[in-house]
Amino acid sequence: MPVIQYREALNQAMSEEMERDPSVFLMGEEVGHYQGAYKVSQGMLQRFGDKRVVDTPIVETGFAGVGVGAAMTGLRPIIEFMTFNFSLVAIDQVINNAAKILQMSGGQFKVPIVFRGAGGAAGQLGAQHSQSLESYYVHCPGLKVVMPSTPYDAKGLLKTAIRDDNPVVFIESELLYGSSGEVPDGEYLIPFGVADVKRVGEHCTIVAYSKMVGLAEAAADKLAAEGVSVEIVDPRTLRPLDLDTIVASVKKTGRCVVVQEGWPLCGMASELAFQIQEAAFSWLDAPVARVTNEDVSSPYAKNLEALVMPNPDKVIEAVRKVMYLDAPVADRGEA
Amino acid sequence: MSLAPGTAPRRRLDGLAEADIAQATGLYQVLREDGSCDEGELGPELTPLKLLEIYRGMLVIRVMDERLLALQRQGRIGFYGEARGQEASVIGSAAATRPDDWILPALREAGAGIFRGMPLSAYIAQIFGTGDDPCKGRQMPCHPGWRGANYVPMSSCIATQLPHAVGVAWGMKIEGKGRVCLGYIGDGGTSEEDFHVAMNFAGVYQLPLVIVCQNNQWAISTPQQRQTAAETIALKGLGYGLPSFRCDGNDVLAVYSTVAAAVARARAGGGASFVETLTYRMGAHSSSDDPTRYRDEGITEAWKQKDPLLRMRRYLEHKRLLDPARDAELAVEIEAEVRAAVAAQEAAPPPPVESIIEDVFAEPPAHLREQLATYLSERE
Repeated sequence: MPVIQYREALNQAMSEEMERDPSVFLMGEEVGHYQGAYKVSQGMLQRFGDKRVVDTPIVETGFAGVGVGAAMTGLRPIIEFMTFNFSLVAIDQVINNAAKILQMSGGQFKVPIVFRGAGGAAGQLGAQHSQSLESYYVHCPGLKVVMPSTPYDAKGLLKTAIRDDNPVVFIESELLYGSSGEVPDGEYLIPFGVADVKRVGEHCTIVAYSKMVGLAEAAADKLAAEGVSVEIVDPRTLRPLDLDTIVASVKKTGRCVVVQEGWPLCGMASELAFQIQEAAFSWLDAPVARVTNEDVSSPYAKNLEALVMPNPDKVIEAVRKVMYLDAPVADRGEA
Repeated sequence: MSLAPGTAPRRRLDGLAEADIAQATGLYQVLREDGSCDEGELGPELTPLKLLEIYRGMLVIRVMDERLLALQRQGRIGFYGEARGQEASVIGSAAATRPDDWILPALREAGAGIFRGMPLSAYIAQIFGTGDDPCKGRQMPCHPGWRGANYVPMSSCIATQLPHAVGVAWGMKIEGKGRVCLGYIGDGGTSEEDFHVAMNFAGVYQLPLVIVCQNNQWAISTPQQRQTAAETIALKGLGYGLPSFRCDGNDVLAVYSTVAAAVARARAGGGASFVETLTYRMGAHSSSDDPTRYRDEGITEAWKQKDPLLRMRRYLEHKRLLDPARDAELAVEIEAEVRAAVAAQEAAPPPPVESIIEDVFAEPPAHLREQLATYLSERE
């Protein structure tokens, strides 16, 4: 099976869908002549022309809003935010408009649109470039939210997102763009609302998505050496959420750690912890634990950023806690 | 060389002629206040039938607004926002479109939707939020939408509809069938980011789009002078490279001619335009507002003398297309239609409970289906 990068998988998904459906187009800052700020749209302007790969003036609320209007007419826009940090400029268009127009119009006007781009921290980029904002979008009825962790998932889920008749917020990861994985030739789709068990284990469930799956795997490797067997469940889509697969895993292991990049208050990890305890309270041998960013904006200095972010040792510490194991003091990232 | 403020020599920019500035700072008028006009200014499509249709569209707004505002005062509906004084701006612009064009309204353009085929009964059903409402009781009054006329429900967020209008125009351009999008904004909305964004995109992408600013001079209690220091709102369009025009918004034929020319240019591939219609909000911002607390109603009285309906009525009477008896009959007909629609909606059933899970997503999600099933089984 071919091994390709996450960014190539996204490129394949968009290109295949644009070949298949003339109503699909890509719009955003630097997507055309520059080939994408992270080269996700490499070669697409040359292949599809400037009516379908559209460079825009620099204003997120502009191309987000233009996409919403175009979608009402039956087109299927893919709107690229250079990073989701800047999606906040356009959040009025996403939450007050894209998410509500179908509902407010009584079903008369559909908005089939994908908002995609990089989310999360990418290493020493400071407070305004390092945020994980998925919970802002998951919170809102009318939006679907997708956060793939592998090239295979990225391609299959993006194709599904483009064909969906609803607004989809598709959050990639800057640090995953260069990661590689097996992606089959030929077409496949991954349905929304189907979690993937990334690793089978017995003693503790870790729920993680996007870049945090890699941290969970690193933690699981170290824990395996100590005889602790961890199961990793990646929900892949946060709305709709496949709670059944998560709960089945928790009922099997009796313990659960949720790993989420981003702040702790009202985050996806809190929501998952609530839903898990509601559905599997009697099966739990310990309260659900969370690993998240610390409750501060991301600093630039390397040592401080490391202190703030989740890391494999923090995940290990959380697993030990829910398993009531005597834990060595974890590396808190202090250099 | 240093110059004292205000003494810089006026420089003519390449591609921007004095005429462009004159169109954006002048006030184009066709009908004089006494209802006379230079017939040479009118396009041949303004047949007697079309002129009467335009007048009727204006009268529908006036009669309907008076009746529905009265209902609000009686506590029979919760909220109402009227367009009194702006009938010429609304209908003059809408009359310049084709039925298959799109409209992205701001706050006071429901009359445009009705003019283009949205049934009055659908508009009134929306106000009552009944099961007959095409929007299924989802929005507060005065937010109608009607797919049949490509009339999109207004957004309560000021100006967000204008980037949508750009996107719709993008869709029209890609489609290549010569359709045009008309997007509306008010004077207050021109301070919003989304107004500037849309104007900028409209200029850059050369789209089949006309943006109409109904300048009624008041954004709730904020007058135009506290909204912008620009001499006219139309001038803002020139900065974005858009042909920009200012016309008398109480002169329905001036509005029609200005917008029709812009629509024709857009349809022919000539790109977007911006039109400011200078009018006046004769009423309150909405039923929740009392303008006597913040504006000099002496000025309002003066504007009442410029009533757009009065001017068009005088013109039609000069042309012997209308007389006072027929005018009164028309108003009675419209009021009867409004009263009948109100009576029907006061008796109409509310939206069914089952509809609460519809249209959140294109397909109702599992958790909402389950909750609804539980609710329905417990209710039995």
